[in-house]
Amino acid sequence: MEFINVIILALFVNNVILAQFLGICPFLGVSNKVSTAVGMGAAVTFVMALANLVTYLIYFYILIPLHIEFMQTISFILIIAFLVQVVEIILKKAAPSLYQALGIYLPLITTNCAVLGIAILAIMKNYNIVMSVVYASATAIGFTLAIVLMAGIREQLELTGIPKGMKGFPISLITAGLLSLAFMGFAGLVK
Amino acid sequence: MSNLKYLTNGFIKENPTLVLVLGTCPTLAVTTAAVNGLGMGAATTFVLVFSNLFIAALKNVIPNKVRIAAFVVIIASFVTIVDLTMKAFTPGLYAALGVFIPLIVVNCIILGRAEAFAQKNKVFPAILDGIGMGIGFTLALTIMGSFRELLGNGTIFNYRILSETSKILVFILPPGAFFTYGYMIALRNKFLSK
Repeated sequence: MEFINVIILALFVNNVILAQFLGICPFLGVSNKVSTAVGMGAAVTFVMALANLVTYLIYFYILIPLHIEFMQTISFILIIAFLVQVVEIILKKAAPSLYQALGIYLPLITTNCAVLGIAILAIMKNYNIVMSVVYASATAIGFTLAIVLMAGIREQLELTGIPKGMKGFPISLITAGLLSLAFMGFAGLVK
Repeated sequence: MSNLKYLTNGFIKENPTLVLVLGTCPTLAVTTAAVNGLGMGAATTFVLVFSNLFIAALKNVIPNKVRIAAFVVIIASFVTIVDLTMKAFTPGLYAALGVFIPLIVVNCIILGRAEAFAQKNKVFPAILDGIGMGIGFTLALTIMGSFRELLGNGTIFNYRILSETSKILVFILPPGAFFTYGYMIALRNKFLSK
């Protein structure tokens, strides 16, 4: 039951983009087409789950025993950058087709603040290791959901007449606001 | 470019929030009140100035191939300093900004300025650029925070302006952040472009 709560909270109620404002840059940057949005979502899901697993182990088995918790920010960002590189190299050798599909999105993930943010939040919330990975996966699927929805809407927006000053970022942000308003309807779904 | 130009470049002409549209996550997340916007702006400015300073000073020592990793370590060190300082001296603000303080490390404005400006310039212009960009960011966040606080809570910097009954709650909720930011960029497009 606790798992289901965490999953529903992370997916809908506290959606990482529309309620917590993490990962806005890729949300606005790569939401032009549904296919690219799906690729980005898949890459983020993979890295986020892995990053939470590794940062959890590092935090509780290296930083805490050595009493250097203040190194959290530095060590986490380096681990994430390192992980993205490793994932890229492994995928290139082991699963070339998947690498082809995710290719250009992988390096972009290092600067995705959602990955670092969720790793820090999982530590703050005192989740255990299984819960931490479940939380990260559900959050990343929430990210994919929001970015794919947004891409679908933006494909339609291309065909409509938008006032000159509203083109580009403004209309995307207003659209995101309306999506966020819709997602607020999920509040109260779980206690 | 004169020194004054380096400083004022970030205010309006290349304002990181409204023109370059960098660092959107903290912009949207912490501007629920004017004081939060100001606090976030000040914290980011501190990191921006010192990381620009150190990157400009060390640019000949850092090998080109590992420069991004080196920049990130420098930035993360200053973020940790801000994090611990704010935790000790401004606990209320620290709690309000939450996870977005450690997340200054992935704020694209800072790495962007390191890459685009600090590593190509001398120390003094790099410091001025950091201050200018920081002020531009702070200004945009404070204006946005004031606007959302005024409409959503009827106050600015906790000073009551509108009556308790006339507040529009949605402006301090997540959707209000997207709407406010969208219209701020739209207004900038209308009045300041070309």
